[in-house]
Amino acid sequence: MAILSARSLSVHFDTPRGTLQAVNDVDLDVEAGETVGLVGESGCGKSTLGKALMRLAPATEGRIFVNGRDITRLGKGAIDAIRSEVQMIFQDPYGSLNPRHSVGKIIGQPLSVAGWKRADIKARVAELAAKVGLPEAALDRFPHEFSGGQRQRIGIARALALNPKVVICDEPVSALDVSVRAQVINLMKDLQAQTGVSFLFISHDLSVVEHICDRLLVMYLGRVVESGRAEDIWRRPAHPYTAALLAAAPVANPRLARTRAHKTLQGELPSPLSPPQGCAFHTRCPLAQPRCAAERPLLRGLAGQGAAPRQVACHFDLVDHQRTPDVTATGTAYVSA
Amino acid sequence: MALIDAPPLTPLPPAPALLSVSDLEVTLFTRAGQLKAVDRLSLEVAAGETLAIVGESGCGKSISALALMRLLPEPPAKITGGSVRLAGRDLTRLSEGEMQRVRGKDLAMIFQDPMSALNPVLTVGRQIVEVIARHDPASHRAMQARALELMRKVRIPDAERRFNDYPHQLSGGMNQRIVIAMAIACQPKVLVADEPTTALDVTIQAQILDLMKELQAETGMGLIIITHDLGVVAETADRVLVMYAGRKVEDGTVDAVFDRPLHPYTRGLMGATPSATLQPHGRLAEIPGSVPALADLPAGCAFNNRCPIAFARCFAERPGLTMPAPARSVACFAVEQEGVRHGDPVGA
Ligand SMILES: Nc1ncnc2c1ncn2[C@@H]1O[C@H](COP(=O)(O)OP(=O)(O)O)[C@@H](O)[C@H]1O
Ligand SMILES: Nc1ncnc2c1ncn2[C@@H]1O[C@H](COP(=O)(O)OP(=O)(O)O)[C@@H](O)[C@H]1O
Ligand code: SF4
Ligand SMILES: [Mg+2]
Ligand SMILES: [Mg+2]
Repeated sequence: MAILSARSLSVHFDTPRGTLQAVNDVDLDVEAGETVGLVGESGCGKSTLGKALMRLAPATEGRIFVNGRDITRLGKGAIDAIRSEVQMIFQDPYGSLNPRHSVGKIIGQPLSVAGWKRADIKARVAELAAKVGLPEAALDRFPHEFSGGQRQRIGIARALALNPKVVICDEPVSALDVSVRAQVINLMKDLQAQTGVSFLFISHDLSVVEHICDRLLVMYLGRVVESGRAEDIWRRPAHPYTAALLAAAPVANPRLARTRAHKTLQGELPSPLSPPQGCAFHTRCPLAQPRCAAERPLLRGLAGQGAAPRQVACHFDLVDHQRTPDVTATGTAYVSA
Repeated sequence: MALIDAPPLTPLPPAPALLSVSDLEVTLFTRAGQLKAVDRLSLEVAAGETLAIVGESGCGKSISALALMRLLPEPPAKITGGSVRLAGRDLTRLSEGEMQRVRGKDLAMIFQDPMSALNPVLTVGRQIVEVIARHDPASHRAMQARALELMRKVRIPDAERRFNDYPHQLSGGMNQRIVIAMAIACQPKVLVADEPTTALDVTIQAQILDLMKELQAETGMGLIIITHDLGVVAETADRVLVMYAGRKVEDGTVDAVFDRPLHPYTRGLMGATPSATLQPHGRLAEIPGSVPALADLPAGCAFNNRCPIAFARCFAERPGLTMPAPARSVACFAVEQEGVRHGDPVGA
């Protein structure tokens, strides 16, 4: 059974300019010990989905399950209990850490909410600090005294305090420098190996997602347009949006950069207040046909994908329609059949 | 030295430098004392060439760019040595009035945040017209037509309608296009772009980088792209200069540097960049610690407290630049003394 699931989850916001469909009809499962990546351009609804799963944003429709238990309509008290199983870390560790609290108090905060005894909290906080590579002296200091990477370690320690089953990580390394980003990614992988925690890893950086995720969900304007094993998607994206995202990601290899077909996705993300009819991607899609503007493609299983479940929402996807994309590990080109 | 058994490097035809910086030094006069934010930096950019300056935040990239433009925050920063020659003239010796004529016309700069270059209460079209009026005055109608043409050139969809929009009505990517239109309005010889795509999505980043390369191909301008992303370097640059703690620690053609990074910092950056390793799910190489503040630079080599191969001499002396191969320089005692063997794993 999945640790964290969503079924037909939608989050709509009422705004002065109309209803904004930030998340639409999303199904998602995070299994024990795995890392699921959630990618898409900014504004696609990734953070809203992450918050909705934590019940930090209101679900308009659909269901959320933690360990099989429906938490969609749980009251405040029961939600606090769920916090021991689902935790979240954010891009800006600074904004999410109370500047007036010592690092020790911050890390121990979920424990005191859960009613732990002082002595137990102290011991657990020291253990957590060691786990994430913070010196013990750090516990008496304040967040502003730390660099971005160290603050993210603090956020990770706090998230892991109650031994959650799953941590929703919203762009946890996007604000960090390359060298520190590698430190934090390696730390997350180590902690996963030690504790079996699952991650839902939200990021717009495909190279990072590809590096650490087992499975991927690709979102466009609030909907999942492709899902499957990270490796399969990487080698052969089925949705033209996924292919475009992969092609746009810069590759730190000048010879590859020169040789791979460079097809830049044109245009920008349309407003989610008035998403295009039919396939929401048709206004930017290099493969769009008249049908795409008229009829919204449903998320469906890909043919011939063996045991690995792979889904795509496209009338003319690159895999089933034998557009043999010339895909290398790092680049994609469309070759129409 | 082991380096010599390298496959022969394709020699570059020596293009005359358009912009030539030598031994540029920028000092910050602070309460903590005088800090060298840029230390004897030399670089050259030829017409039509792209030089990438790469390093993590705090390495001195922006200060270097601002010094070239003579836009340093003074105080605390001041150029305290070296020269910046553009088409033969030393910009460090120009008066502010003379420099204003150079800026925008011969040498232009764009920044990470387009809003910092745009006036929120003027329409974007009017702002482009103002740049033209400053350097290339003509009749108002002619300047408007030229501004519109520039907006089309940087691919603003629906340019006529957008002409009268204010910056807040446009997306970050569109505003960056407007800033680029302003920067190229007077066909500068060299364009300095400081993290021009860092705040943008990968898709928009790719569009903007494509656009800059296209404009460069058309006008033959020299381009300096400042970035912390080795992917952006590989996608855009002909040559790369790696900066650490205000100094150049390595430079060379992108092929030479990516094929065989020599400086331990360059090697560390590559090992830490997922798409450079091409090893999904492998462990990323780490560079321990983080970039030190200028006031806390270690004695000797500034990288010695993070370097996996530092030895006694690194703590006693500061390594100068050496040329281990043609058109290649590096500042590291380990490279100088032992060479780096071919095939050493990146990030080792
Ligand atoms: N509280 C809110 N009220 C109204 N609109 C919102 C709210 N939160 C997010 N949105 C909108 O929902 C869309 C998705 O946002 P977000 O989930 O932050 O995307 P992402 O994380 O993929 O960048 C955006 O258009 C955003 O402006
Ligand atoms: N106005 C300033 N006053 C004091 N120190 C500064 C100022 N601007 C930059 N610095 C310092 O100079 C160093 C280089 O900064 P910068 O050029 O912005 O780095 P980069 O662009 O590579 O991130 C950093 O240590 C930074 O803290
Ligand atoms: S000079 Fe020494 S400390 Fe500096 S990078 Fe080279 S080996 Fe490391
Ligand atoms: Mg977000
Ligand atoms: Mg900078």
